[in-house]
Amino acid sequence: MKIKKGYRKERLDRGIKARVDDVFAISSYREIMYLAMPRTLFIIFLLLLPLSGSITGPYWQGVIIITCIIALLTLSWTFMYSVGLISLGHAVFFGIGAYIAGWLSSSLNLSPLITIPLAALSGAVLGALLLYPVLRLRGIYFALITFALPLFMMRLIEATGCLGGTAGLSGLHAFPSRLFASYLVIFVLLFVLFGYLKIMDSDFGLVLRAIRDSDLSVHAAGINVPLFKAQALFIGALPATFAGAFLTHYYRFVGMTAFALEYSIFPITSAVIGGTGLFPGAVLGAFILTPLSESLRAFGTLRIAIYSLLLVLFIVRLPEGLFSFIQKKYFQFERWVPLERKDDNAK
Amino acid sequence: MFESILVYGLVASAILLLISLGFSITFGLSGIANLSYGGIYLSAGYLTWYLINVLQFPLFAAALTSVTLMAILGALIYRILIIRVRGNIMNEVVVTFALGLATMELFRFLGFGGYGFSLPSVASGGIRILGQAIGFQRLLIIGVAILVALLLWYFTRRTKTGLALLGMAQDEYTALSLGIDSDWSATYSCAIGAAITALAAVLIFPLGVIAIDEGYKVLIRMMAVTVLGGLESTKGLVLACIILGYFQVTVSNLASPRWTEAVFLGAILFVLAFRPSGLIGQSKELEERV
Amino acid sequence: MQNEVILKVQDLSRRFGGVRAVDGISFEVKSGEALGIIGPNGSGKSTLINLITGFVKPDKGAVFYKGNNITGLKPHKIASIGIARSFQTVKPFYNLPVYKNLIIPLYSNRVKKQLKGGCMGDRDEAAMHLLEEVGFERESNLPYKITGTLPHGYLKKLELARCLCLDPEIVIVDELFSGMSMSEIASAMPIMEKIVAEGKTLIMIEHRLRELFRVVQGVMVLNFGKIIARGTPEEVVKVEEVKEAYLGKEGETVA
Repeated sequence: MKIKKGYRKERLDRGIKARVDDVFAISSYREIMYLAMPRTLFIIFLLLLPLSGSITGPYWQGVIIITCIIALLTLSWTFMYSVGLISLGHAVFFGIGAYIAGWLSSSLNLSPLITIPLAALSGAVLGALLLYPVLRLRGIYFALITFALPLFMMRLIEATGCLGGTAGLSGLHAFPSRLFASYLVIFVLLFVLFGYLKIMDSDFGLVLRAIRDSDLSVHAAGINVPLFKAQALFIGALPATFAGAFLTHYYRFVGMTAFALEYSIFPITSAVIGGTGLFPGAVLGAFILTPLSESLRAFGTLRIAIYSLLLVLFIVRLPEGLFSFIQKKYFQFERWVPLERKDDNAK
Repeated sequence: MFESILVYGLVASAILLLISLGFSITFGLSGIANLSYGGIYLSAGYLTWYLINVLQFPLFAAALTSVTLMAILGALIYRILIIRVRGNIMNEVVVTFALGLATMELFRFLGFGGYGFSLPSVASGGIRILGQAIGFQRLLIIGVAILVALLLWYFTRRTKTGLALLGMAQDEYTALSLGIDSDWSATYSCAIGAAITALAAVLIFPLGVIAIDEGYKVLIRMMAVTVLGGLESTKGLVLACIILGYFQVTVSNLASPRWTEAVFLGAILFVLAFRPSGLIGQSKELEERV
Repeated sequence: MQNEVILKVQDLSRRFGGVRAVDGISFEVKSGEALGIIGPNGSGKSTLINLITGFVKPDKGAVFYKGNNITGLKPHKIASIGIARSFQTVKPFYNLPVYKNLIIPLYSNRVKKQLKGGCMGDRDEAAMHLLEEVGFERESNLPYKITGTLPHGYLKKLELARCLCLDPEIVIVDELFSGMSMSEIASAMPIMEKIVAEGKTLIMIEHRLRELFRVVQGVMVLNFGKIIARGTPEEVVKVEEVKEAYLGKEGETVA
């Protein structure tokens, strides 16, 4: 950042922001627009995206779907993060969802419209059960265990040879059409995004935020912390298991790659780039990162290296993330103010 | 069969101990869960390989050089990266995790690993113990693991610097007020941890080939052992290594080696389900344990 | 109700490593009583509280509340049957606005039913009311500030308010006054006196004896995890062991 000598930078809320902060002050279309425009634009943008497929071709239509899937995973990661659960192995939820859907589809011959919700729900329950013992511990235990879990799942499938073993399950039911699939995932994404925002605003969400700050105090307040954490884990796992189940039917295949490292590291990177702990930031991060990643697909595993370095760079240099940055620009303006007494401000 | 499990279980335990000591000592001395050690482990392996095969270093000099360089690298990682995110557990974990991942995947991209990438043993040949042939390299690993564990124990419990570092990990503010610089102690702890991990790499890689997945394996094992043993107790660490080592060997002897990984990880999940605070930890669920 | 034993501790013990933090402590507290617990640092006061409230599990011994054995219950269970505690080191929810700190206990099963929740519902009103009671002026901006920005004295009061939110029958405060300024202590005294006047049972760990003795009727002195004296403040300060262990010079100024 360049520094202007003899001046200091001042950051102030825009007038319109100050006015709309008070809910009763919204009196003009301009103010309502100012508040509602960003999210309306985003919703319209998302809804129009699949239609652009006829222009850009099926490849980019596929990218749109993958982007939404990663966005869902990132939202899921962010939700857990906001309860203080740092997951280093989000692939486990993704993979569980994917495999349940694959199994339901191949052995019971069910349609995607049934398998996906079933897989999402039961997968989230399974994930919550699997991690319940660790929830009682604080600190980095959750992170360490979640990192090991997807690898465990992979080895288990490899060793037992069940669920298709190393070959995976293929020839599963497909979606009626690609457009249908796109709209399904976009609606779910919007639902999850605004649903999560709503949950965090509710009393339940307040308890979750409190647990992250000080779980001892929440205990002392007579609230069953492990129960709340388990519920949060379930709610947090839902989009990830859905994403897995969805992608299974989209590719008509599920294999051990469902537990691959990509699905663990992409959500973290997206979340950090967008702004850790912010739901809109999670979506933003995924929408920046995934198209980029698709264009890097030729580099194979180098993608993970690039992501990881990006992750390090963002955490160290811009820890608040892009969304906070944009938010600041939207709500506030900056200006240079001359220093009154040079000596006082020299420090 | 029984003798084979007895002897090779000991070797497996020693290997586990050696690879997890670095992670554990860094955590114990500075409270940093440094997940980049998988990457350090691989880097040490490749560096030694490079020094021996390209620069024609003798084995001992190559090993010494890579351990030293990795110690410096560990310190640099702290000074450059971790120091900026210190105090925020999430960022610490994610930064070191990402760094380790980046290293390992970079090596994969560059085409390292596989046959042809192997380190020479310090000593070839071997002896028979309980009727089991055991190579000198494996004996060396057992010896070094015990030696390093004892040295670290002595360092942290009996020397002034070690005690100061330990105090730092337990109460940063108090230690600060006593004139211990927390950043430097953390730098040392990261350097020591990285050096031990590099030492483990130099000693263990000769048993097989240098492969990328070894890095991940080591990362998982060091985490598994520390989680199982409890993050703060050396006794627990050793106990966890012995249990897991013997468990691993028994499973691969009785069932098949391909089951080893799955059963290994499964055992940890199983233990944690009943004793969430590890083997030694006593229902400390609600107390501070980061 | 009065003079009935509400809390009974029997032979409670807990070791940490080789240290006997709490070593076979037994005592009873009557309903409506105000009991002070004093003792030198490391004498096991806080561990005793942690044992009673379920944050630490005892090695031996039992705790009875209204005749029911509550040993080994989870902390949230113990809180919801009416034993509220504060922490010695404040543990507020730093990233929430102050009044939202109190929404958390008000959301617990114990008091949830009595209040209609939601934004701007009864719950917010109850929280504001309690904050006012412990000395956050409603007119000031304080209740709406982010908790992390408050000075320490206010955090202590917030800690107390969080206990009171549960509408507890036993209030356990752990070194409330330490870290408070003289004027803050002076303003907190009426709150403590009010708790006693309302007929609630109060257990206070405190180092500031002058203030403590104004609130409590009985005092228990701990040293090395054992009770070395119990009685009225006047009786306790005369016990030779107590003087040696803890009071020293200060004992004379109080007596």
